[in-house]
Amino acid sequence: MSRESLDRLFADVRREGRTAFLPFMTAGLPSPGETVETFIAMAEAGADAFEVGIPYSDPLMDGPTIQVASQRAIEQGMTLGGGFDVLRRVVEATGRPSLAMSYANPVFRVGPREFARRAADAGAAGLIVADLPLEEAGPVIGATEGAGIGLVLFAAPTTHDERLARIAARDPVFIYGVAAMGVTGEREDVSDVPRRLAERIRAVTGTPLVMGVGIGTPEQAAALAPNVDGIIVGSALVRRALVSDDPIPEISAATRALAGALS
Amino acid sequence: MMVAAGTGRGPRLERPDERGRFGDYGGMFAPETLMPALEQLAAGFAEAWVDPGFTSEFHHLLATYTGRPTPLQSADHLSREIGVRVLLKREDLAHTGAHKINNALGQALLTTRMGKSRLIAETGAGQHGVATATAAAYAGLECLVYMGEKDIERQALNVQRMRMLGTDVVPVTSGAGTLKDAVNEAMRDWVRTVETTHYIIGSVVGPHPFPWIVREFQKVIGEESLGQLEGEMPDVVVACVGGGSNAIGMFYPFAGREGVELVGVEAAGHGIETGRHGASIGAGSPGILHGARTYMLQDDEGQVLEAHSISAGLDYPGVGPEHAYYADTGLARYVSITDEEALGGVDLLSRTEGIIPALESAHAIAWVAREADALRDRMVLINLSGRGDKDVEMIASKIGMR
Repeated sequence: MSRESLDRLFADVRREGRTAFLPFMTAGLPSPGETVETFIAMAEAGADAFEVGIPYSDPLMDGPTIQVASQRAIEQGMTLGGGFDVLRRVVEATGRPSLAMSYANPVFRVGPREFARRAADAGAAGLIVADLPLEEAGPVIGATEGAGIGLVLFAAPTTHDERLARIAARDPVFIYGVAAMGVTGEREDVSDVPRRLAERIRAVTGTPLVMGVGIGTPEQAAALAPNVDGIIVGSALVRRALVSDDPIPEISAATRALAGALS
Repeated sequence: MMVAAGTGRGPRLERPDERGRFGDYGGMFAPETLMPALEQLAAGFAEAWVDPGFTSEFHHLLATYTGRPTPLQSADHLSREIGVRVLLKREDLAHTGAHKINNALGQALLTTRMGKSRLIAETGAGQHGVATATAAAYAGLECLVYMGEKDIERQALNVQRMRMLGTDVVPVTSGAGTLKDAVNEAMRDWVRTVETTHYIIGSVVGPHPFPWIVREFQKVIGEESLGQLEGEMPDVVVACVGGGSNAIGMFYPFAGREGVELVGVEAAGHGIETGRHGASIGAGSPGILHGARTYMLQDDEGQVLEAHSISAGLDYPGVGPEHAYYADTGLARYVSITDEEALGGVDLLSRTEGIIPALESAHAIAWVAREADALRDRMVLINLSGRGDKDVEMIASKIGMR
């Protein structure tokens, strides 16, 4: 896979007038033996692409659910190599474009070029780094371009319009619109914040826009769908992976409901 | 501006570059949600710091509220005991009992100036938490402090003080329940509340502009010392280093001066060789922690390792980026002291001078005592960054006085 697989996905959903669904799951959840099977079940339930979370010890953009998942995955032996291996097997089994999600320290510890090369070798279409703003992204942009994969850049409700233009100018594979103030995690409300951010981004750029953070229910996803090219749901699925006695059918059902709300 | 001419070291940097870096260190590795606030903070501080109205209010408060200048004491009894001439900069005598108040007050004034109404902070030993709670009470700001549950246990006195000052203390249970985890939690709060809230980070760590702002508020320690020395120059200046705010506040005005050696003392915990320590410079490697590139404790894949120190304030797997720069350029050198040695430092200063130091500061005392032979005939200035009241129970339990 390469960046083109994501470019194609967004061209397709725009042509078809629908919204893509991109679930997130921490590599190694619900358990090391079930993780690839879980992604396969989500593909069968309507996922268009995946975010494969490579667990990090200090995920400061993540709320309690993904923190606990990351810690559990690491304790059960998940590594960077293991995370890339999960991604490779998911791509081989499902054919869905998949992004590796990590934090700046692991990327720079291994080196952006080496990290991007290993991600590309595993079949990744792109890379998401939660604490990598525009100001620090230069080396990673170069590395992902060199490896033929895409880099995702973020836009938040606090990001002003002039900054939005600078973000779009770096040619991210998509803009990850942060749909709520705060870290990842489920929220009750349907607020006006994501729609207003989506409108501001749309006014500045035609770059594909995918929103996540605080979106966990089909109702929330459906409300936002007309304004975006894709929706990311993480914590609502990871929670089921953490607490369910029979997680795969539950995650599958939740995925079906979320993906169904977008078509 | 550079001061290091001719020493073959440095140069000392008056401020980080436009990317927020001290040489290779620092930067802004923060979630996008925070970036506009960090930009605004850098611009707001730069403007305030050249505004005589702001700086005179800050210095007026330091004088009338915190009791500055703190004394520079010639520690004659300690000097006789170890055979080294020691001067102590008595930050333990500042209001709330440590240097942390300098930064907390400065940033609280900045918060009001920026029109925000709520403060958050993290704390390890509780000294920064108490300082922030104090500044919040004084400035009439709402305040919430994140503190690791392990630290809440070992620093109960400071928890009580914060609560009396009207601050909410929130236990952090993630990770090892220490300072690193409290910083993570404060950052997560800030990502949610940044539009109304200012995060008073407690050390010279975090994304730009924090390391620069905190150093500017703390450099009063070294500047005062220079004035109080009346032209005499110490041969060696020593301070403990966790995140490193007391050390950089003392070092910065001395950095690059001919004939002055700067020594930062990190926590060796159970011993560097055991892997249970807080020596980020001495035994770590460059990485990205809490928004800045700096020396840190990590494994080959970039997972952050737990630090260990008997002193909650040094129990941190990273260090301020300006210290990383000082280490690489030779402006300062960094050594370490074990838990055992630090307890010896508490005992030594208590007996000889009648001063019970904080466990953090005791690392600096203990290093000078240990290296007394090499330091003989030299004049040593130690930053006594805080007092030890908070540690009394902990120390008593360690040395079996209960």
